[in-house]
Amino acid sequence: MSAIPLRKDALFPTPVLVHSSPAHPAAPVIEERARKAAAKAPATGTGYRRVRAPEWLVSALAMALGIAACVAVWEMVSKFNASIPNPAVVGKAAIAIFSDPFYRKGPNDQGIGWNVLMSLQRVGIGFGLAALVGIPLGFAVGRFRFLSDMAAPIIAILKPVSPLAWLPIGLLVFKAANPAAIYVIFVCSLWPMIVNTAVGVRQIPQDYLNVARVLNLSEWKVFTKILFPAVLPYMITGVRLSVGVAWLVIVAAEMLTGGVGIGFWVWDEWNNLKVEHIIIAIITIGVVGLALEYVMVMLAKRFSYN
Amino acid sequence: MEKFLRVESVGMKFETKKGDFVALTGIDLTIRKGEFVSLIGHSGCGKSTLLNLVAGLLRPTEGAMLLAEREIAGPGPDRGVVFQNHSLLPWLTCFENIHLAVERVFGAGESKAQLNERVSRALDLVHLTPAAQKYPHEISGGMKQRVGIARALSMEPKMLLLDEPFGALDALTRAHLQDELVKIVAAAGSTVLMVTHDVDEAVLLSDRVVMMTNGPAATIGEVLEVGLPRPRNRLALANDARYMACRRSVLEFLYQKQLKEAA
Ligand SMILES: Nc1ncnc2c1ncn2[C@@H]1O[C@H](COP(=O)(O)OP(=O)(O)OP(=O)(O)O)[C@@H](O)[C@H]1O
Ligand SMILES: [Mg+2]
Repeated sequence: MSAIPLRKDALFPTPVLVHSSPAHPAAPVIEERARKAAAKAPATGTGYRRVRAPEWLVSALAMALGIAACVAVWEMVSKFNASIPNPAVVGKAAIAIFSDPFYRKGPNDQGIGWNVLMSLQRVGIGFGLAALVGIPLGFAVGRFRFLSDMAAPIIAILKPVSPLAWLPIGLLVFKAANPAAIYVIFVCSLWPMIVNTAVGVRQIPQDYLNVARVLNLSEWKVFTKILFPAVLPYMITGVRLSVGVAWLVIVAAEMLTGGVGIGFWVWDEWNNLKVEHIIIAIITIGVVGLALEYVMVMLAKRFSYN
Repeated sequence: MEKFLRVESVGMKFETKKGDFVALTGIDLTIRKGEFVSLIGHSGCGKSTLLNLVAGLLRPTEGAMLLAEREIAGPGPDRGVVFQNHSLLPWLTCFENIHLAVERVFGAGESKAQLNERVSRALDLVHLTPAAQKYPHEISGGMKQRVGIARALSMEPKMLLLDEPFGALDALTRAHLQDELVKIVAAAGSTVLMVTHDVDEAVLLSDRVVMMTNGPAATIGEVLEVGLPRPRNRLALANDARYMACRRSVLEFLYQKQLKEAA
């Protein structure tokens, strides 16, 4: 019964439906488009088969269209609000900035490349330390019920705390901006790492552990051949979440602590009232975050076994 | 007549959220060295549970279990297990899955080349040499089961525990592997405990067929001595009176004596 209406739908494409409802406000536009398409058809069609654009081309066009729309809105906003620089101004400033990303004129005036690298370095160190601590801790918490019960209330209470709330304590303990920022990254990366690793350990199917038991594998073999590979995808999810959060947090932390870094740069340009530079910074932060995410997804793909 | 495996008044109770669940009760079973015993019964009666008890993966809540006069304290590579759901490690290739077992059993005394040779032979036995480098998710269900069988056989265990090893196989492959299994077992003198749903398989392969009643609190209902001479030929047996009688008595047990409770 359902087959017949389905075929009908396929036989009568949308323009027919539009004709049947002339009251539709968009109808004239669509009709016009249809007429144009019809006029074009003899030119492109060879008469044998319809040439369709490949899917990637369509999605690339859609992406370009999305970005163009965004820029258009921005242009409009800048027209009505003089304090927002328009895309052309920002573009010019971006060319100037990116033509010399690695200059150094004293400690507080360095190229955007240095600022990004400094931020990445802080994220890398804080995050690496968090992995060193969090992953083994996650294994332990996942493997032993007692430890899990011990850790549960601490993690539950500390996880929802904004990492920036830890900053004063960091400043107090380390008495310097840079280690305090690293320490904030460490704290915010730690929870996703512990939680995801622990979940990974807990979900290992009993079947795999039974294999280990039947073969009577050594503890080392159990770890390398069963526990570790089974948990790896979860661990990478934890790493991915951590890196994402860390990149969000570093900008805010640097705004508060100063020094060299993309977050500090944003603050500095705000003090100089160079709004075009702030917009450039926003886009740069977004692109770097995207790149980090991409690397992590690639890593996850490489190590997933399904 | 050496008593190799002794299961004495074993009971198994699972603690579940809805209270205790008695899966098995009063199981008495002795298996001689080199004997081939099948476990047959309706789904959910506790066949896998009994096999896992012998494997040492579960501890009985009642009774005692002895293997070669030693209490079964846990699992070990002297009992090769083919799991009902094949249980291959998804991040290892077929070759590596078997290698893990071979290395554990023979790694101490043999060279790398010898170990690899063992793995290759095991794969060849189940006709999976072309799939050696494939991952479990890249092969069919029947192939996975064959890798599981190869893994258990490669360990050359004193006792083989098979949980529906041929369940997911087509009739031809199944017949072929059954014949292979009989040959391997005869050559190695292994003792076998095999769970099956298939009456023909049970009668064709076994020295004895152990029939289980329906759960909960399942126990051994009847034990059938097959008593057919070996080697057995599946074609010749098709019209054999003794074979037919065995088949009939297992079918009667399953579909007359135990059916009502199953419904
Ligand atoms: N870990 C467990 N916890 C609670 N109940 C269990 C557990 N394992 C098995 N059971 C129960 O014990 C009974 C027997 O299970 P078992 O897996 O041994 O059946 P089976 O005979 O192998 O069935 P099938 O032929 O379908 O594989 C079932 O009712 C099952 O629900
Ligand atoms: Mg079972």
